Amino acid sequence: MFLQVSKLTKRFGGFTAVSDVSFEVAEGEILGLIGPNGSGKSTTFNLIAGALKPDAGSVRFRGDEVGGLPAYRVAHAGIGRTYQIPRPFKKLSLLENVALAAFYGANSRLSREKAFELAKDSLKLVGLQETKVEGLGASALKKLELARALATQPKLLLADESLGGLDHAEMDGAADMLARIRAERGVTIVWVEHIMGVLMRVVDRCVVLDHGVVIAQGKPADVAKDAKVIEVYLGTDAFA
Amino acid sequence: MIGNYPLHLMILVLLWGYIYTGWSLMGRLGMVSFGHGAFMGIGAYTVVMLWNHFGLSPWLGAPAALALTAAVALVIAYPCFRFKIVGHYFALVTLALSEVTRLVITAMRDVTGGSLGATPNGALTEGRSVAIGALQFSDKWVWLAIIFAFWLLGLWVWRLVDRGMGRLALQAISEDEEAAASIGIHVTRAKLQVTLVSALMTCTGGILYAQYQLYVNPDTVSGIAISLQMVFGVIAGGMFVMLGPTVGAAFTLLLAEGLRLAFGNKYPALDTTIYGAMLVLFIIFMPKGILGALLDLVRRPRRAS
Ligand SMILES: Nc1ncnc2c1ncn2[C@@H]1O[C@H](COP(=O)(O)OP(=O)(O)OP(=O)(O)O)[C@@H](O)[C@H]1O
Ligand SMILES: [Mg+2]
Repeated sequence: MFLQVSKLTKRFGGFTAVSDVSFEVAEGEILGLIGPNGSGKSTTFNLIAGALKPDAGSVRFRGDEVGGLPAYRVAHAGIGRTYQIPRPFKKLSLLENVALAAFYGANSRLSREKAFELAKDSLKLVGLQETKVEGLGASALKKLELARALATQPKLLLADESLGGLDHAEMDGAADMLARIRAERGVTIVWVEHIMGVLMRVVDRCVVLDHGVVIAQGKPADVAKDAKVIEVYLGTDAFA
Repeated sequence: MIGNYPLHLMILVLLWGYIYTGWSLMGRLGMVSFGHGAFMGIGAYTVVMLWNHFGLSPWLGAPAALALTAAVALVIAYPCFRFKIVGHYFALVTLALSEVTRLVITAMRDVTGGSLGATPNGALTEGRSVAIGALQFSDKWVWLAIIFAFWLLGLWVWRLVDRGMGRLALQAISEDEEAAASIGIHVTRAKLQVTLVSALMTCTGGILYAQYQLYVNPDTVSGIAISLQMVFGVIAGGMFVMLGPTVGAAFTLLLAEGLRLAFGNKYPALDTTIYGAMLVLFIIFMPKGILGALLDLVRRPRRAS
């Protein structure tokens, strides 16, 4: 299996944010990881990407255990991630942000020139101009997150896209972007969202989290009909 | 012909310029160290003590001093970086290192001469102005040449760091360590590398200082005062441009000499006190330092036209 998450658990003090979460991702697919606010999606990402150490469980990526490894080693293993709230390096230019990712994502085995070249490719893929980070709007910052993660040449992209404040057209744009990234780069993607609407159009399968527990997984159409999922999302506009 | 005093001042400006340049490698990338007094002290004292007590040539003492400096730097810096001690906490830890070094040197008075300092045993017998094995030269021109070479080396290292991806990485680290790690940067290693370079430069600066002055004193090569002087000098000169630290060295030296000429040795801690006060003023009103502010002044009208 490409990515195999088994019984992943994370506690913050007495509170269990992620509880016995298991799911698999096949190579080449786009998996939607959905669930309401605070259901543990970002925490799951942090556990896979090495930003947090799991209290229990394992993360196997292409046969190797990566659970508990430091973040830089997970990046070298071929897992790229974006942050829900963009975390650009503001003192660097846009191109430098991305070139840095290309260089260190390849564990410094590239020339500086090659790193900048790869960075330009990634910026082009997400449709960003090379400018300063200051003054970029929310949707441009999300694109920078994607470009930076892609520049590390990941085989698996963890895209935390759940961000309020995007309108329908922008969300459609984001969905198309991820579809295009897979098509052009052959990257496997796990896409986090709390709103189901647009995501359902693009993903192959979904995993639904609620209170840190997987409550459903399967094809988008089936998941949308699942009684537990409907209950969790009832009364929200999440299907919009 | 240049007189001895101006020559002496030139040598000191270049020597401190070299040391400040080494400090800035870390300082400009968000690692404000008050611990460099320790590295300078270790450099100066190791070489002089090995020479005085074991007759070991500074050429062999220097590698020993460098090894000791590297060990101390790693022992202090590794846990700091590993456990994300940054900013004020890093400054405090390193401040303690400087002070502990000074106290250790002072306390080992049987070996080091304590707070009275020590003089390397003279190797310049009558009629000799050069003792290569003992690294002692009576001719200030020789020292000017040696220290000028080290100063150039310092600028070269600065440039190397400045142009490498490592500088971008450290800048990213100073902003957001977690995000830096997420793109594959080994944060602890990147910080340790630049710390080692910076510490070793400072250590060689200490060795040169001891051999040039032929006198070491715990208060002038280690401790809080000397560390504060470095931080002040670099911030005053400007740590974001290559020659900023050297301008800072000239500034601090002229200030110290001016105070000495004006007040003699009546108020021994006067310069440190003034450094402290001026440091605050610089940080508030001229954060880019003298050279940085001057360059801004020169560039601005050009851009407007
Ligand atoms: N570092 C932390 N310390 C303590 N609690 C945390 C921490 N990180 C997350 N939590 C808590 O864990 C729970 C899950 O958070 P998480 O960010 O994973 O949710 P999410 O599914 O990404 O939500 P959203 O859709 O709002 O982004 C929340 O209740 C959150 O408050
Ligand atoms: Mg989240």
